[in-house]
Amino acid sequence: MKKLSKNAKSNAVTYAIVIVFYIVMQILSGSGTLSSSLTGQLIPICVYICMAVSLNLTVGILGELSLGHAGFMSVGAFTGVIVAMSLQASVASGPIRLVLAMVVGAVMAAIVGVLVGVPVLRLRGDYLAIVTLAFGEIIKNILNNLYVAYDAEGLHIRLLTAISKSELAEGGFMIINGPQGATGITKLSTFTAGFLLMLFTLFVVLNLIQSRSGRAIMSIRDNRIAAESVGINVTKYKLMAFVVSAALAGMAGALYAMNFTGVAAKKFDFNTSILVLVFVVLGGMGNIRGSIIAAAILYVLPELLRAVNDYRMLFYAIVLIVVMLVTNNPTLKNGVNAVWTALKGVFVKTVPVPEEGGESDE
Amino acid sequence: MKLTKALALIMALAMMFALLTGCGGSGNSASAPAEEPAADTAETAETAEAAEPAAEEAAEPAEDVMVFHIGGVGPLTGAAAIYGNAHNNGSQVAVDEINALGGSIQFEYKFEDDEHDPEKSVNAYNALKDWGMQILVGPTTTQPAIAVGAEANADRIFLLTPSASSTDVTDGKDNAFQMCFTDPNQGITAANYIKDNAVGEKVAIIYNNADAYSTGIAQSFTDTAAEIGLEIVSTTTFTDDSANDFSVQLTEAKNAEADLVFLPIYYTPASLILAQAKDMEYAPIFFGVDGMDGILDLEGFDTSLANGVMLMTPFNPWGTDEATANFVDAFVDAYGSKPNQFAADGYDCVWAIYEAIQEAGITPDMSNEEICDALIATFTGGFTFNGTTGNDMTWSANGEVSKAPIVVTIQDDIYVNN
Amino acid sequence: MAFLSNLISGISLGSVYAIIALGYTMVYGIAKMLNFAHGDVIMVGAYMCFCAMNYWGLPPLAGILLAIIICTLLGIVIEKLAYKPLRAATSLAVLITAIGVSYFLQNAALLIFKADPKVFPSVVTLPNLRLFDGSLIISATSIITVIVSAIIMVALTLFVSRSKTGKAMRAVSEDKEAAQLMGINVNGTISVTFAIGSGLAAIAGVLLCSAYPTLMPTTGSMPGIKAFTAAVFGGIGSIPGAMLGGILLGVIEILGKAYISTELSDAIVFAVLIIVLLIKPTGLLGRKINEKV
Repeated sequence: MKKLSKNAKSNAVTYAIVIVFYIVMQILSGSGTLSSSLTGQLIPICVYICMAVSLNLTVGILGELSLGHAGFMSVGAFTGVIVAMSLQASVASGPIRLVLAMVVGAVMAAIVGVLVGVPVLRLRGDYLAIVTLAFGEIIKNILNNLYVAYDAEGLHIRLLTAISKSELAEGGFMIINGPQGATGITKLSTFTAGFLLMLFTLFVVLNLIQSRSGRAIMSIRDNRIAAESVGINVTKYKLMAFVVSAALAGMAGALYAMNFTGVAAKKFDFNTSILVLVFVVLGGMGNIRGSIIAAAILYVLPELLRAVNDYRMLFYAIVLIVVMLVTNNPTLKNGVNAVWTALKGVFVKTVPVPEEGGESDE
Repeated sequence: MKLTKALALIMALAMMFALLTGCGGSGNSASAPAEEPAADTAETAETAEAAEPAAEEAAEPAEDVMVFHIGGVGPLTGAAAIYGNAHNNGSQVAVDEINALGGSIQFEYKFEDDEHDPEKSVNAYNALKDWGMQILVGPTTTQPAIAVGAEANADRIFLLTPSASSTDVTDGKDNAFQMCFTDPNQGITAANYIKDNAVGEKVAIIYNNADAYSTGIAQSFTDTAAEIGLEIVSTTTFTDDSANDFSVQLTEAKNAEADLVFLPIYYTPASLILAQAKDMEYAPIFFGVDGMDGILDLEGFDTSLANGVMLMTPFNPWGTDEATANFVDAFVDAYGSKPNQFAADGYDCVWAIYEAIQEAGITPDMSNEEICDALIATFTGGFTFNGTTGNDMTWSANGEVSKAPIVVTIQDDIYVNN
Repeated sequence: MAFLSNLISGISLGSVYAIIALGYTMVYGIAKMLNFAHGDVIMVGAYMCFCAMNYWGLPPLAGILLAIIICTLLGIVIEKLAYKPLRAATSLAVLITAIGVSYFLQNAALLIFKADPKVFPSVVTLPNLRLFDGSLIISATSIITVIVSAIIMVALTLFVSRSKTGKAMRAVSEDKEAAQLMGINVNGTISVTFAIGSGLAAIAGVLLCSAYPTLMPTTGSMPGIKAFTAAVFGGIGSIPGAMLGGILLGVIEILGKAYISTELSDAIVFAVLIIVLLIKPTGLLGRKINEKV
């Protein structure tokens, strides 16, 4: 009973962070004090938070390293674009098209998740990691050679050979044009949509973690053999976590694509997968709230560093290394804790807050 | 909660950073920034430091001059950094020249990095908006330009890109203009030139199928070739991830007995293709497009490999006309190397905007929308521009430039006009 | 004939992958970490050799030696500053640190050497080998690349199996605690492994850039990822596995391009990798490790 309420409290705090973030941003943007730079970053921040939270399900909760999360994002993005653009004539309402795009994107990403997951989840550790990386590269390569067009006769989908405008019926248009990607997307994503997607992602992931299935998944992470021996169906639960994670990434991908007029396969490469992984690891494995905070801060950081011009990415790298060292090296960690306590003593003169339970980052 | 502590520390550090370096960031909305040049001189100086000279003259505008905020966006880091840097340097030279003229129009210029990523490009664009950008020169590359173009169109900010050459950049956006040829245009012109001058009988194409620019030219070249009866015997591709070994592509071209290899790609992979073809003792005519420009300036490149290479370029750094000679001298003074066409396009963009501002009588206290509309009216209203990348350039209503491409042959380390 | 020529290109490309993969696999075998900065050490090595030959006028051999020395030192410094403090941390924490180091090296190189690509000077000046009346031409660079790779592989195998340090390395990779109990300096051995791996990276950088002579701050990253794939392909942690994996990857890449599709060559390489791993889950020569209950 006590455990339950602790979880509920921890969840409430997580939701509250997201909601407060939304409200504050809305108020700031309503009053016109929000810079264009930050306004433009709001939707990507939402997308990356959803990506980080969903990847945390695979990496933190299931305990399998995935280096191809951007692959699922791209499946969702491209499917979403196809859906939204083909429905442009038949569905007038933008928000409904966006939702449809996100749902179909999620379904498609989930299907690909199953296709990849069934064979791949038999592998362990770094071998699984490399296969997810390989999968991400394959998807990218295929999408680079995918041509999709839409006209009165419906969708034309072709691999490798370009579709020329003259082949299409009157009023037809290209949706995806190989390496040029999708262009001419109507911008449908809004910050509110991003906010709702964050809430949805959190709802799915937190409920999954704290359900019976979630405990089964974590038991596999902690000790697969023991889990197997008490009758947990390892394959089923592994696949469940993996597919849910893929579907959520697909949704985030659709939202991402609808935020720009153009989206190309190049974006969803190894580096994007790694970027999201950095959010997860820095936020703490299995720590959902950590993922949210880390994604938001690390996304904004390179933008704040624009002031230092050429040295921007160099500083970013240094910050990354230093933070990893500080959070993972016992000596340095104690040093920082001491500084922190001292600072706290100066600013907040209260009794120490008890450590937060629930999600821990082993 | 150790994580939160660490993150809070980074955040605090980052904030301090942002404050210390005086980033104009939050709270500074985009409207009417023209009256605050003093606040921004520090930044200009910072940008100009990289460019070494000319910062001094640029620093102190007199009271009655009109200062425009010109922004630039392009990749300064990452794999495409060469193009963004060239663009930035070229534009910087033009800005310094204009400011040194001491006329009533002065430019404040700021360039932001986009890592050749549409998402980062929009972020860079927004950061410039906060800085008070009124006119955008950029983005350098196609995909970012498409994404930023839509944003700029919604914000009514005038955009002139030096080198983003896809038709998608200008499609449906009245505020977006190009300084370079469009991709289809290059493909069509190249195919016709080869056919008309009988440069080659059997053509092989090697292009980068992960790149919008390269694919765009290759597609229109193939279509045109089919129309005019130019025989294509081999078409092969590579991607950025496999841009080191071209033996397969070259072997295929060689076995198909191609006597001309069309390379609608950038000069870096092209330099590898030339070297590997020599190793294979395969010596067709290599025919490049504007992306090939710059190959002679590759540090350490054995320029004899490029002898006989033909390319279509708007810019000849060995050109003897006054505009080109002046620009090349100024650029070499500032950066120690010859400019390529990215730099020349960047340079021309700034000068074109300067002349258009004069012609339209635009003042910096106008809103972005007024400036944008006035510039659109000027550019599409018979404005002609003479620059380093062409003479008598005019722009069509959909933003495409019309200028004559020249085909040059590389001979003994210089371009010889055909 | 075309097949032979493609095969030779494949082996030559594969040899480069193999040497890079060796660096990955040695470090993985001992420290159980994926050193994502390895590809960037290659880039540093290539730049050093480039500078030595182009700016300081040193002969090629001296340039290569200098590159090896500097990369070895760099490897030691990186290990001391970034990885050693994390000896007790999870392997993922180290992975992210390695990514940070990789960003750092790339961006530092960008600031120092600027973005313009440099063309690597030719280290090999021998004429091409012509066989069958000139219908098969093999470039001297390919031959040298293959020979050098072969020599390195043999030397490394001998070193690891015969020398005292090599034995210590194997012991540490087998069981850190037990090795420590036997009086082996575990930390020292890990540092030595890093040093050797980074020295190899310098050679790989020179070979890579001799064969494909453009040099940019991002030069090392894609070959790095491919070589990492090769290491896993062959069974990560296994030295012969890295060699086999590297060469096979190069051959598959070239033959896939030549006979299936140039458009989908990347997909083909990775698809073969996935199939191999599904059949042999620990790679071609990887050892199956029984899980302890």
